[in-house]
Amino acid sequence: MTTQTKIVTSRAAPAKEVIKDASMKKQKEMMAAHYDRLTNVPETGDKVAATFVPGNLNELIMCFDLLNNLPEVNAIQNGLRRVSGSFVLEAEKLGHSEDVCTYVKSDLGMMAKGNLAPNGKKFPNPDVLLLSYTGCFTFMKWFELLREQYKCETIMLHTPYMADGKITKNMIEYMVKQLKEEVIPTLERISGVKFDIDRLREYLKKSTKAEDDLVRVLQSAKAKPSPIDAYFGGIYYIGPIFGAFRGTDDAVDYYKFLREEVEDRLAKGLGPVTPDGDMGKEKYRLVVEGPPNYTSFRQFWKMFYDEGAVVVASSYTKVGGVYDFGFRHDPNKPLETLAEYCLGVYTNRSLPMRIDMLVNYINEYEADGLLINSIKSCNSFSAGQLLMMREVEKRTGKPAAFVESDLVDPRYFSAANIKNRLESYFQMIDQKRAGASAAA
Amino acid sequence: MATSLNPSATADIVARANVLFEDLSFTSARKWKAAEPGRKVIGYMPIYVPRELIHAANMLPLGIVGGGDQLEVIHGDAYYQSYICRIPRSTIELGVSGRLDFVDGMLFPSICDVIRNLSGMWKMMFPHVYSHYFDVPQNYRDDIGGNFYVNEMAELRHDLGELRGKPITDDELRHSIAVYNENRRLVRDLYSFRAERPWQAPAAEVYLMVRAGLVLPVEEHTVMLREYLAAARADERPMRDNCRVVLTGMFCEQPPLNLIKSLELSGCYVVDDDLLLVTRWLTGDVELEGDPLRNLSNAFLHHSESTAAKYEPNQKEKGQHLVRAVKRTAAEGVIFAAPSFCDPALLERPMLQHVLKEAGIPYIAFKYAENSGQMQPIREQAGTFADSIKLWSGA
Repeated sequence: MTTQTKIVTSRAAPAKEVIKDASMKKQKEMMAAHYDRLTNVPETGDKVAATFVPGNLNELIMCFDLLNNLPEVNAIQNGLRRVSGSFVLEAEKLGHSEDVCTYVKSDLGMMAKGNLAPNGKKFPNPDVLLLSYTGCFTFMKWFELLREQYKCETIMLHTPYMADGKITKNMIEYMVKQLKEEVIPTLERISGVKFDIDRLREYLKKSTKAEDDLVRVLQSAKAKPSPIDAYFGGIYYIGPIFGAFRGTDDAVDYYKFLREEVEDRLAKGLGPVTPDGDMGKEKYRLVVEGPPNYTSFRQFWKMFYDEGAVVVASSYTKVGGVYDFGFRHDPNKPLETLAEYCLGVYTNRSLPMRIDMLVNYINEYEADGLLINSIKSCNSFSAGQLLMMREVEKRTGKPAAFVESDLVDPRYFSAANIKNRLESYFQMIDQKRAGASAAA
Repeated sequence: MATSLNPSATADIVARANVLFEDLSFTSARKWKAAEPGRKVIGYMPIYVPRELIHAANMLPLGIVGGGDQLEVIHGDAYYQSYICRIPRSTIELGVSGRLDFVDGMLFPSICDVIRNLSGMWKMMFPHVYSHYFDVPQNYRDDIGGNFYVNEMAELRHDLGELRGKPITDDELRHSIAVYNENRRLVRDLYSFRAERPWQAPAAEVYLMVRAGLVLPVEEHTVMLREYLAAARADERPMRDNCRVVLTGMFCEQPPLNLIKSLELSGCYVVDDDLLLVTRWLTGDVELEGDPLRNLSNAFLHHSESTAAKYEPNQKEKGQHLVRAVKRTAAEGVIFAAPSFCDPALLERPMLQHVLKEAGIPYIAFKYAENSGQMQPIREQAGTFADSIKLWSGA
């Protein structure tokens, strides 16, 4: 007698609708339009500059009518769309080490597999690689690797490291001279557009407006409950200003719209919008250090909002510019301000400066503690984080926790481990509170 | 076969260097400091600092390149995740265990994000020690990167002057440059001699000789190099049927000495490498006339080694230093040996490999840590590489 085994394939459950507030939808439309601009280059004839988020000189790039393409943002998009894993493997197959930055490998793997943008069309080859070497060693090698592939011109703009917590005259002079004598003349030659410093000033004025509104949004998290999540939600908010929109009317409009939306939530006493709708009661207020994992971004976020945890401030939302301590792009000193901007981005700050920022956030935003998401393949962020954690705990008296994952490599996201760690952390906060109220 | 008149001379010098290498308490540097009141010691990490500035302040530059395979790391691991290389954790171990308690200052050159961040950690963990991140330009124009670098050196010069209580004069600097020029010439002689007769200057011995320069006063080191060269030249040793390789990727975290020995035992003569580059970073003599800082800057910008921590502005030039090293030393292949999790070496590696492939130069690659204990896989890989070169080169 024979038996038959019936293989039953379960049907996928209908996709649950993801809740987004109006600003998130607007942001998504802006990003999509930019990808269309990039992939339409064969028709429009526009020229493209690739550059990085920290030290992104979008205003300057626009002065030459160049389109800005950011490989980190592309890697993030591929992570969110869950295709980065295969790109990383492809790059490793081509000889890139398993130990190095997965943004780089996602980017190189994407190129090897057709170089398609999120809209399914081919990315144009860059006309120039603007190597804004700011706060991350890997950037230098990344663009050397891209230069090898694209065989296009590469401009190095070296940002010195703010090791002593101050910007010196030597640093500014070095950067301004690089801008004046190397970056600008090369961009003029490649683009065929003459540099106009007044045009730069106009863009910088718009940057300042958007920066003001972004800061208002980020600082709304001081309220209880916080109307925003400054990490997971914050990543949506920083998209335009860290990407190809700083200095544009679109960015000014977006940040005004966002500010009004957040102020409305603030006035109504509402918490953040999550993919599952409004967050319930705010139970925990956290400061987060380090980038998120993008391949399981929503799952990671859910681990927070399911427990009533909201992130009130994060360091990652400062990698493309630190604005909440007063810096604004200054149209009155256009080149110096670009230098100051690059020098001040989060990953270009010394470890003691980073600790000061986190301590400040915990105190100012009345957070319950610090959570570090340590990224396996990002030494710029990760080296030193265990000392940072201890120091922040010591100076604030608030508990800290440490989880580990990766940027866009799905192999390094262990959901069960992270969830366990987070649950224990929330219990620790509860105990600390109980101890404090018993002592009172 | 001729034998040397005094075969023990080489062994004696190597034995002395080995004692210095194994001494994780830095006894010789401690003795130097204790010999005269007011003496100071300044530690520095890879890849390069202008040691002339430290020397000119009558201080001892002390190279700190981690703890090697003999240091048990107890505290250091508590500061780093498993996915960060080993050199910072063993360096922290040296610090917290008191082995560097006689060091008056630490310099952290611009090489990678890990050493960069370690500079901030050091400031916090050892607040009473002068701690300085030494930035170097990635722009090689004299009037741009050069000006920046001169000013960075001027700041260091000022700080060191403050530390000793007296500014460093130009003449002091010129004297130090001359002293280091002589030392670098001898290191280059040693490398040339090894490339010529690697069986008479085994890689492990050359390494120990150069490594001694990280802890000895430069004048003493110069004497040691001269003596070793004389002894090694006189000490005829049997030539093996080894292939000749260039080693690359070892410019920061050091491999265990056994790893270097294993390569030769498995059939590879090391005829060039990028170990301890500080000792020969500047490829020619630094000018003595004129502004000493400007001269050091010129040498850095225009006459220094290529390595992964430097930006190469010219795509055509990328990796050519390796091809030139292979030609100069008549090497038959390249071994890429990088510390695990080393961003500069590992990100650079595919680009260099493409250049070698283009030039028809065979290569292999592996990773190590300063405390790697198991040499058998490396020996097998290097042995197979050596065999394949012997069997198939020119086929």
